[in-house]
This record gives sequence, structure tokens and C-alpha cells, in this order.
Amino acid sequence: MNQAAPVPKENQGEPVVRIDGRLKVTGQASYPADIATANVAYGVLATSSIARGKVSKVHTEEARAVPGVLDIVTYGDMDETDTPKFGNTGASSIGPLHDKTIFHEGQIIALVVAETFEAAEEASMLIRADYEDEPPSASFDSKGVKVEPAAGKSPMLQEDVKAGDFDAAYASAAVKIDQKYSTPTQHHNPIELFSTTAMWQGHQLTIHEPSQNVTGWKIELARQLKIDPANVRIVSPYVGGAFGSKGPMTARTAIVAVAARRVGRPVRCVVSRMQAFNTQTYRAETRHRIRIGAGKDGRITAFGHEGWEVTSRPDPYVVGGTSATGRMYNYGSVLTHVSIVHADRNTPGYMRSPPETPYVYALENAMDEMAVALGMDPVEFRRINEPEKEPIGGKPFSSRSLVKCYDQAAEAFGWSKRDAAVGSMRDGDWLVGMGCATAIYPTASAPCAARVRLTSDGQVRVQCGSHEIGTGVRTVAGQMAAERLGIGMDKVSVEMGDSALPPAPVSGGSISTASVCSAVLKACDAVRAKLFAAAVARDGPLAGSGNAKLDMEQEKIVASGGKSAKLSDVFKVMQVGAIEEYAEFAPKGSTPEALKKLYAGQAEFHGGDQDKDSVKYAFGAEFVEVRINSYTREIRVPRIVGAFAAGRIMNTRTARSQLMGGMIWGIGQALHEATEIDRRNARYVNRDLQDYLVPVNADIKQVDVILVPEVDLDVNPAGVKGLGELGNVGTAAAVASAVYHATGKRIRDLPIRIDNLIS
Amino acid sequence: MRPFLYERPTSVSAAIAMASRLDARNVAPTQAKTQFIAGGTNLADYMKLGVAQPERLLDLNELTEPALRQIKTDDDTIRFGALVRMGEAADNNDVRRRCPLLADSLKFAASGQLRNMASLAGNVLQRTRCEYFRETSWPCNKREPGSGCAAMQGVNRQHAVLGTSDACIATYHGDFAQALIALDAVVEVEGQRGPRKIPFASLHRLPGDTPNIETDLAADEVIVAIEVPLDPWSRRSRYLKIRDRESYAFALASAAVALEMDGNTVRQARIALGGVATVPWRARAAEDALRGNVLDDKIAAAAAEAAFADARPREHNAFKIPLGKRTLVRALLETRDMKV
Repeated sequence: MNQAAPVPKENQGEPVVRIDGRLKVTGQASYPADIATANVAYGVLATSSIARGKVSKVHTEEARAVPGVLDIVTYGDMDETDTPKFGNTGASSIGPLHDKTIFHEGQIIALVVAETFEAAEEASMLIRADYEDEPPSASFDSKGVKVEPAAGKSPMLQEDVKAGDFDAAYASAAVKIDQKYSTPTQHHNPIELFSTTAMWQGHQLTIHEPSQNVTGWKIELARQLKIDPANVRIVSPYVGGAFGSKGPMTARTAIVAVAARRVGRPVRCVVSRMQAFNTQTYRAETRHRIRIGAGKDGRITAFGHEGWEVTSRPDPYVVGGTSATGRMYNYGSVLTHVSIVHADRNTPGYMRSPPETPYVYALENAMDEMAVALGMDPVEFRRINEPEKEPIGGKPFSSRSLVKCYDQAAEAFGWSKRDAAVGSMRDGDWLVGMGCATAIYPTASAPCAARVRLTSDGQVRVQCGSHEIGTGVRTVAGQMAAERLGIGMDKVSVEMGDSALPPAPVSGGSISTASVCSAVLKACDAVRAKLFAAAVARDGPLAGSGNAKLDMEQEKIVASGGKSAKLSDVFKVMQVGAIEEYAEFAPKGSTPEALKKLYAGQAEFHGGDQDKDSVKYAFGAEFVEVRINSYTREIRVPRIVGAFAAGRIMNTRTARSQLMGGMIWGIGQALHEATEIDRRNARYVNRDLQDYLVPVNADIKQVDVILVPEVDLDVNPAGVKGLGELGNVGTAAAVASAVYHATGKRIRDLPIRIDNLIS
Repeated sequence: MRPFLYERPTSVSAAIAMASRLDARNVAPTQAKTQFIAGGTNLADYMKLGVAQPERLLDLNELTEPALRQIKTDDDTIRFGALVRMGEAADNNDVRRRCPLLADSLKFAASGQLRNMASLAGNVLQRTRCEYFRETSWPCNKREPGSGCAAMQGVNRQHAVLGTSDACIATYHGDFAQALIALDAVVEVEGQRGPRKIPFASLHRLPGDTPNIETDLAADEVIVAIEVPLDPWSRRSRYLKIRDRESYAFALASAAVALEMDGNTVRQARIALGGVATVPWRARAAEDALRGNVLDDKIAAAAAEAAFADARPREHNAFKIPLGKRTLVRALLETRDMKV
């Protein structure tokens, strides 16, 4: 079961090895900051040490005196450009060098450019600013924060979903809970640091920067720099860890571009890990109040979910995961409300399963509490509340294999051997606990374009401006073309990560495989159509097979009657050397402007809770065993089993890899990850990998991934449900449930640490 | 990082002569213009962050005296040359067999890569990783004497509960030092005033009013060897380290324990505590509580109470007191049960 290349089951593709795997593990893949450029100058940021106030003066004299310093870009130097915008493409509306207001700690106050990285770094440490500082508000409960409802204030949350009469149902419920949960601030720490390399050739600007949205960035950067988007190219062939952090463009990109224009040479700025905590996006802390009411039979009659999220002063960022939690089970009545809390912090942003990770954590921890309150097995409790239709809009699920996931994961885990009594399972000095939780992630797709070229010698080239962020999308796009065109993977090449390629949507929301594969499929079908027409034409090698069903395999066109023609022979008849097709895919239900928006760098998402006919989600069930030392209370996770159903699995190897990575991250979210904030001055204090803990190899033992077969042709032409963000949803709740089972302590605030368990 | 001079002396005497050229006698080694560097796993980090700003680095890796790189064992002692790497000592069969505490305290520290670089002498002189010390924009009495302590009322979950002062609560994070102080190791030092031996317990200084002065060493003094006596309790010894993750993390609490048993009765105990104190911490009161008693849960708990009698918690680190006690209890019982 636990193998890197699971044997494909029904509706699952071959575990083809990653096209770029060898390049990556041998260090040959060039990440954006690795691109060799002649005459490059180095940029290092200088940032504010206060979180709120105004900069009255920046002192740059000492910095300018450092040998090798070429330029310092600071206030006034960006005035010719437009300020950034907050939205799907832009991380924040804060234009740090446009406005001397300080909105958060670590805000950019200057960029030093020098002949060497060392000189730039030394000079950046010599930049000093005079501030008129004001007392900042750090987070929830801080004096001076502004709390407002998210719906109506943020474009990211349309409405607070609801159904039925929650108050009445909750009041009359026989069994109920009312509890508060919280998740901490979490920061992206990709091993590939954030960087921008800007190069001008005349009016043409090329940016090498790790990105999940090259087309969107091209448009947005051109807007900020007030230049023609045709003159901007964003290049990002490999990305070393993204997970949302490289989705929205930050203010740095335009600043580095301006610096490069000023010094007349390429400028490379690699942001230090410390500075990235404040200049990039992150997952803000959340709070939840969950109320669940049920009958004695375990049927839920009322579900209430209130959420609070921190954001910056100017930007109404919100994840609002109540759309998913409100549709998870057969609740009867639903009441939700999401609030945003504006504090003196940088604007948060997407982080793997942005809404579901915190919101489903709260729901699933509460579900476990409710099962305890009912005296019911937690798996059985979920089974009883399995819905026919989602409770908010009464729509069917396009497919929903949650129960199957629970069955298969429970069996593999050995759930039946669990003694439900708290603290009853022990192995020597170690308390043993077992818990479970549901994973859910909306299945969406967006318009996408792709170009496929097939040459007479059977070489295939796929081009698509999507992004290989480690998911394996480059490989599965190649697989799609290889299968459809009957060519071996060794003859397929795939180009991605360049805004000069056919546009693709942002690689976020687990839409890439579905969107890219649907576009590649369409382009391949156009290639096939041309070949088939030529093959069955009067002078073609399959003349007379016009009514036969045609397919392509092993570099041949094969007719249902058994006749076949070599690809090269068809090309001969056509008298061409290559066939190239450009295709645009738009999901069902797309607006007339959807494709136009694709070229403008805006992705119109379809699926999830957006469609009229059905709601579309991928599901999973995760089971965790924890061991807790009876003396010292450290928590270990010897094994975790997850079963997931996500429609067509393109490649069992890359699918398992993503789900496994998600579950491991989930363990980290449960036990390790948290950004510590010094509340006195709204500053992060653990801005490095020494104190910002993520699991290391020694923390992760057995991780089993079960790919549950599922067919869903409703979701998109490729039948694919994204699973990149499914794996870490629910994991932390499963850990919390296991910790409760072992110790009787219900921990509601993440991360769960020794502090919580030792008295 | 600021520019600095980099020199590579080839003998200990040359290193000392070079070190004494630039600085006044009485300057604290941590603030001296000249700094020694060996593995560099701590100092190089702090130079990049601007925490350490030496004008001159003396790289000790070119020193030619063979003893500096040797581990020598005889019937009574293990002698570690100062430049022996943590990884070499942790993997040394003699060390592992004759004193598991020494090997384990090294094995559970840092990461494989760091252990391959870091020297033993550098390891015992490592500086605190207090979050507020490490970033120059915060006030810190250790980094800038008199500037105040941001940790006192700040995020202080990692901070010390023993040996603190009103000026500093930064934890001494090292593990190896806990083994050395428990086992009455001796540090051999050479400097302008000539060679001398310092009991390990006298090497580090409590923060008091001068947390910037961390050791008894002068700026021109260099550790050349660490000598650990082998005693009847050396084989029955153990290092237990409790942390937030299973590797590559500092101790929240740790216990270095060595026991000489007479049946179930403790003849001699040697105990040190890590992760909870400002300096390597010998728990003599706990040793006294054990001596001559049958080692069971109850007496182990009494020893742990004694060890933490003077503990002083802050807002976020109060859990270290019960955790430290339980860590010691567990370490004592596990050490008692060792098959030697």
C-alpha cells in the first residue's frame, strides 16, 4: 500500500515518473534566481522596524558610502508608477514606497542596489529611518482593531450561507455543544526563497521570479509600470514550493524593475527568510465558534459556524470557509457568520487550502466532540449525517465518495481495534490515541489555453502558461498528450511557466490539472481530427475507413476494424512536417467574457459551490495514531492513513505525492507550526526555520495514501478533481481527536504542544 | 554582513598572539574585535544577522597541533581535542560504550550537517538563540549592555526558569555542556597568561547584571581540550531531551543523568538540566536527594522537586517547570533500568 507508485485502479492513470524529477534532484533545474545573467547587480531590501506610524525621514548617507553601492530606491522613486492593487493578482494595496505610512512591521522602506550581494546587504543594514510611531494593534483582542462583517465588505465572501431556522433547531436539540477553536498565524517558508530578477532590453522587460500566475503578473506589472503588457514577460519555469505564497504578486516586483531601469543593468533581489515573513503573504490567525445540535439518534439538526480572521488595515482579505463547512453534512439548519479584524499587520494571502484548513479543522474537532457527547463512534456519527443533497442550496453533489473513503481508510488503519474509552490504550510508558476527520476541497476549473505540436517523427511538444509548482502538472499534461496522441512519454516535452506561452489561470485552488488537461485534451483532439481526416481521405492510408472509430496508439492511427496506418505515412499524405493546434478550454457555465478575461490575467473559477446544477467537491477521510509519553507528554505520530476520492487520477505517483505532502503538512499544523507575535509592538519574533517549526523526517513515520476510485464526468472534460489542497484539510482535527482519545484533554487551539498537555 | 579581516593561524601560540594584539585585556570575549572561529555554525549566522560584528576572524581550522583533533581514552579519562567535530565524538565507539551520556548529548543536538561542522570547544561556547538576542532591532542586555530585555515581558516560551536575573532570561541551549557539567569535566585553556585548567562548572557565568559576560575566558584565551573523568557512574548514564519535534530543535527540557547503583540504591548521582537554565546547570540538590536512597518513582519525584525549587517562571514558560521535573524523573528511572 505504501509505495511511491501505486498500482492504478479504475479511472486512474499510470504512475509515470516526473518529467523533471531527475533535473530537480540532480540540481540541474534552474529556478528563477539561478538564471545566469551578465552584469547583474544585487538588490537587498531595507524594512521598517515599527508596525504603525509614519516615516518622517530615511537616512541613506551611510549606506550610499558603502563601496559598490550603485543606487537606493526609496520614497519618491516610485512616483511615476501606479500603486499595487489588492485582489487575486496583487497581494496588497499597500504601495510601500508610494506612501510613508507604515501599515505593518517589516514594510519595505528602500531597496539598495550594489555590485555585490554582500555590499547591498551591508548597506541595507546601515539605512535608518526616523518614525512618528503610534501604538500598533497586533491581533484579536488588541486595542484599536476594527471588526467588521466580511460579507459585503470583502469581494472574497459574497454571503454568509444559511439554511432553515438555526436558533429554533439549536434551542430544542437534545444534545449540543458550543465551543471555541483557533488556528495560529502560519507563514510560508518555501525552501526556494522569494526573489525577483528584472532585466530590460530597450522597452522590453523580463522578470524571472517564482510565480503561480505569470499571465496575471504580466498584466498587473504592466499596469503598475504604465507600460504595454506586450513588453512584459514573466518567466518561472520551476518553483521551489509555492502553496499560494507565489500566487499574488507583491510590491517588490515593480520596485526591482524600477531599480533595474535606473541602474541600466539587470537587478536580482533575493529576499531573506526573515524579511519574507513581512513582505510576502501568510495565513492569518483565525477563531471559530461552533454550535452543533443533534437528536439522541445522532442526527444533526443545527449547525452554527462563526469565524473571525485577522487582516491588514487597508485590505479586506478573508478566506471564509463556511461555504464548505456549511455543506459538509446533513445538518437540517445552518447559520454562519464571518468577521474580519483589521490590525496593523501585512495583508494575509493564500496558503494551501486557504478556507478549508482552518474552518474544517474547527468543524471536525467539533464533530469529534459531538460524537463524544453522543457516546457515538465518530465514524458512525459522520455516516449517519451523510447528506443526499447539500443543505444550503439543496443541490446534489456531482459525486461524493466520503463514506467509501471512511470505509477503506478505517479498514487499512485498523479502526475496529480502537478501544473507545479515553486513555484506555497504552504501550508501556506511551499513551496511544486514535482519531479521524473528514477532508473536503471544492472542485473547480478555469479557462485555459494550450498549444500542442506533433511532428512527423512522433515528437510532441505541449505549451501552456501554467506553472510546475511541484504538483506534477508538467508531467500529467504530457501524459494527457501522450495518451491522446498515442506517443511514448519519452517523446513528449512540456513547456510551462512563461507568460509568452498560451495563457493559463493562476495555479491555485487545485484547478491546474483539470484546467490544463482539459485544454491539452482539446488541442490534442484538434490534432487528431486533422490526422484522421487525412488518413481516411480518398488518397489516405486508411481510405475507406471513414465510418470506423479511430484512435491513436503506438505512433499509429488505428481503425476499429483493425486496420492501422503509421503516423509518418499520414504526414506524408498531408505533405506537412508538423501539426500544431491552439485550443482554449472554458468550463461549463463560463460567462461570454471568460476567455477574454483569461488573456487579461483573470481566472473565472467554475465548479465548487458556484454551479447551478450541482456542487462539486473532492473528499477524503484521515485516520491518525498518536503516542504521548505518560511522563513528559511529547506527542508523536507513528502512522497516518488517508483515503481520498478525486475523480480521474491522472497519475497515481504524483497524486499520492501531493496527498502525502498534504497530510505531513497537516501534522505540522497540528503540532508544530505557529508564528509568534510580540503583541506589544505587533512584530513577529520567530522569523526563521530554527524557531518556526515544521516537521522534520524524524517526526514522520508511516504515511499511507489510498486512492479511492471515482468517476465524475460532470466536473470537467478531463473528469479530474484537483487534489493538491485536499490532503492537509482535516489532518489537524484528526490529530486533536487522537490526542483527546489518548489523554482526555480536548485541545481546541492549535498547535497542540507539550504546554497544553503537561499540568 | 560587515567586512572583516580573516586570518588563519597555524599554531595555538600564534593564534593567541594574534588575538591579544587588538583588544584590551578586560573586554568580554563576545564583544572583542577579534573572534575565534572553528565550525562557524553559530558565529557565521550571527555575523550575517549583525549580532556579532568582529573586525577580525581567526580561523582555528588550520592549527597543526595533532592533539586538537584527537579523542584519547585511557582507564580514567576521555580527552577531546578542541577541534574534534560533534559528529566524530558522537560516533566514537569508545565514547559511546564508556559514557553513553556524552555520545547522546551530541547525537541529539542540531542536525547531521551541523554536527559535521561544529567543533566541541565551539559547541560549549555557543551563544543563546533567544529570539530577541538574535535580531538587532530589539533591546537586549546581552547584545547591547544596558539596552533592556525584550524577552522579559515578550514571547518567552523558550526562556529559562533557572539562573535568571532581572537583566536576562535567555536560555543556554547546548546539550553537550550538560553532560560535561554533570561529569565534572575540565577545560584546558591556553592564553597570554599561560595554560590553565578550568572546572567545567566554572566556565560559564550566570547572567546577573552583566549577561554580556558569558564565560570565565579572556578574549585571548582559546580552549584546547576538554577532559572528562571516567567514574563508576559513567557507563550508567543517559541524556534525555524533550523538544517540540523529534530532531533539529533545542530542548524544552533535558536531563543529563549518571548513576552509580548498589542494587536499587543510589550510591552516586550526577545530574544536569538543559533547556531550562541560563547556563549549563548542575542539579546538586537533586543529587543529594537521591544519594543513599532506593531509586523509585517517589524519590525521583523528590529529587525533581529539589532541582526546581528555585525556578522562576515568566508568562509563557511556566510549563517548563513541570516538564523539567518530569523529564528528570523519566531520565532517572530510565537510567536506573539501563543494562550495563
